[in-house]
Amino acid sequence: MRSVWALAAMAALSVLTASTATLAGEPKQGGILRMYHRDSPANASILEGATYSINVPFMGVFNNLVIYDQHIAQNSPDTLRPELAESWSWSSDNKKLTFKLRQGVKWHDGKPFTSADVKCTFDLLMGKSQQKLRQNPRKTWYSEVNDVTTSGDVEVSFDLKRPQPSLLAMLASGYTPIYPCHVSPADMRTHPIGTGPFKFVEFKANESIKLTRNPDYWKKGLPHLDGVEYTIITNRSTAILAFVAGKFDMTFPTHITIPLLKDVKSQAPNAVCVVEPTNVSTNIIVNSTSAPFDNIDIRRAMSLALDRKAFVDILFEGQADIGGTMLPPPQGIWGMPRDKLETIPGYGRDVNANREQARKLMQKAGYGPDKHLAVKVSTRNLAEYRDPAVILIDQLKSIYIDGELDVVETANWFPKVARKDYMLGLNLTGNSVDDPDQSFYENYSCGSERNYTNYCNKEIEKLFDVQSQETDASKRKPLVWDIDKKLQEDVARPIIFHARAGTCWQPYVKGVTIMSNSSYNGFRYEDVWLDK
Amino acid sequence: MFAYLVRRLFLMLVTLFGISVVIFFLLRIVPGNIVDILFAAAGYVDPADKADLEKQLGIDQPLVAQYLHWIGGLLRGDFGYSYVSEKPALQEILPRIPITARLAGLALLFSASIGIPLGVISAVKQGTKLDYALRVVSLSGLSLPSFWLGLLILTASVAMFGQMPIFNPNPQTWLEAFATYAVPAAAVGFRSAALTMRITRSSMLEVLRQDYIRTARAKGASDAAVNYHHALKNAILPVITVIGIEAAFLIGGLIVTETVFNIPGVARFLVEAIRWRDYPIVQNLVMFIAVVVVFANFTVDMLYAVFDPRIRYTD
Repeated sequence: MRSVWALAAMAALSVLTASTATLAGEPKQGGILRMYHRDSPANASILEGATYSINVPFMGVFNNLVIYDQHIAQNSPDTLRPELAESWSWSSDNKKLTFKLRQGVKWHDGKPFTSADVKCTFDLLMGKSQQKLRQNPRKTWYSEVNDVTTSGDVEVSFDLKRPQPSLLAMLASGYTPIYPCHVSPADMRTHPIGTGPFKFVEFKANESIKLTRNPDYWKKGLPHLDGVEYTIITNRSTAILAFVAGKFDMTFPTHITIPLLKDVKSQAPNAVCVVEPTNVSTNIIVNSTSAPFDNIDIRRAMSLALDRKAFVDILFEGQADIGGTMLPPPQGIWGMPRDKLETIPGYGRDVNANREQARKLMQKAGYGPDKHLAVKVSTRNLAEYRDPAVILIDQLKSIYIDGELDVVETANWFPKVARKDYMLGLNLTGNSVDDPDQSFYENYSCGSERNYTNYCNKEIEKLFDVQSQETDASKRKPLVWDIDKKLQEDVARPIIFHARAGTCWQPYVKGVTIMSNSSYNGFRYEDVWLDK
Repeated sequence: MFAYLVRRLFLMLVTLFGISVVIFFLLRIVPGNIVDILFAAAGYVDPADKADLEKQLGIDQPLVAQYLHWIGGLLRGDFGYSYVSEKPALQEILPRIPITARLAGLALLFSASIGIPLGVISAVKQGTKLDYALRVVSLSGLSLPSFWLGLLILTASVAMFGQMPIFNPNPQTWLEAFATYAVPAAAVGFRSAALTMRITRSSMLEVLRQDYIRTARAKGASDAAVNYHHALKNAILPVITVIGIEAAFLIGGLIVTETVFNIPGVARFLVEAIRWRDYPIVQNLVMFIAVVVVFANFTVDMLYAVFDPRIRYTD
């Protein structure tokens, strides 16, 4: 009976949605979408970037082979859509992925798009081409790709060393645009050429980024906008005030913290605001190569001392998520369900009992009320790092650990972590696609550059490969949950919380969808329009 | 006079050389370089890739070689390339100078036109309610941080007028252009005017007690003539010094105002360049600011002779 009511409610909702869409009317052509940008990106080359500060403004310049549906908030294998590829197919052994490419697509400089451009892009990413990217932060994504081969101008195949169904997810990321063969990586950093709905006009560092409509876009009738203009405003207060004053149609995506969102809503009550997970986890990196954290008891005690709900309440007024490595459901596809999560030590709801257990472990390691352990908690000199670090220090006091905040400038953060010149660190880890392959291999596999803690467990690495090759998502999920649980139990990199943030736009801005399990994939903006 | 000018010019060159050495080596003492930052942002480091990029940018060279390369380039008019934007450094720096110069100029104008008259009034009306009120205003100007004042102006503008005076790169009318700079200039100029006012007041008080002022009054000169012709002329020298120092400061020291009002000027650009360890930009920009400071001091010294005939620079 309950399911009947649920179906009825869904049907009513669908009718309502449909009627709302009708009322909203047909998209209008024209107008410039004005947004502010939170900082000045280093360059315009998405392939070389490791921040969504590059994706947001420049994703509209490009197309991918495939893309996540830009109007469905949750990225999943079901929301993959063809873009420069018209279709794709897997070989029977799942080791060859072949794309049939769209014909008649032109680069912004008028040259035709062909399969050679796809090959060039992935040769560049795999480090096989003569030309080199200045930085190539996602080279590991393609570690299972043997080669990319073309067959004529409209077919391209990825030959894999073993089945890896998640390759499609990575190809759909905003981080994987197709670059033209005939433009050098250096030129792509300063004047990107794409096939996308918007053409690059100019990028003035610390000032503005301008894109204009591509009149020859291969999707007829799109984009609706004449252009998109980003004004770079690094001061958050100024930026938000400017949005409130109507100088901007939209804030920078997921730039509004939960406490600030109230201010925006009170000053601009008509603004449309949404809060979504950013798929960025705040976690602790532990230097387990030297004392005292080479002692697993102390690492476990620290993990047990965490009151995750307190972090979420203080920093996000209750609006953030507690989970393991993978973003928790319902927005996350692969996160552990609540009941499984709570079986992990430290995740139980009784914080006092957890801490009692932690104190026993500390006493076993030789510490107690009369002998505290002094540690430095290192973190980057940014508010989103510092604030949770301060709370962490406070919570560690309950288990005889006296923490001292060690604030490190961004330029020195990674070298310091790489040198293992820290005891405890508070770190943020962003996931560009909600897929275990990206997260597990990047952060937890032996020898990975981003495995800051050098956690290395050959057994679990075998499990990474097992889940990675599983083509049936329903079978893959339990495998992923077991791995995630094990990673938390091993205190590999204790996850404190998964952040959420807000985005606002003026009511006349239509067609914007903020992705709920990635901050990197939803900025094509080809069918955003202004109802003015 | 000619020999004095030559000597000053030589000293200026020595100073600039010293500054170039200090800038260059201080910048290298700060931990981390552009490559560290790029790779830190990516959370990824392949030592070979890192070494390649360091070689490409020339920061793998010995420091002395790097310094000579930079100075040699400066002498040839080659300012190098920005590490971040990969554009010529000069192309990045030049468009920002007029923006900051306009802002600093307006702020100085605000400072002088408000600070000097109010300083004179405050001195002449010493001990009156008006004097106390003006001293409170000047103390407020010195005490209120300009970022706070800036944010207050922005918040009040939005709350009261629904408008916000942040930088408009393409003003359509002269009024818009004026508004773009006037409000931030007032926010900065308020502090500067307060300083000018206090210096003017104390200098005037000293001069007003001089015998020749009493003589002028005894001879029947009007208050205006005594205050503005006889007294101010002699009291203005310390004020010129302060305005000169302020002018030099404003070229590179407007970081807070440029950030709050989102003005793409020299100071904000410099801070961003430091954050990225964009050596060519930082070195050349600081050298530019140093040149401005050195020339501002030189100009102030020259102005002494103009305002005070007793001062003559001899060989």
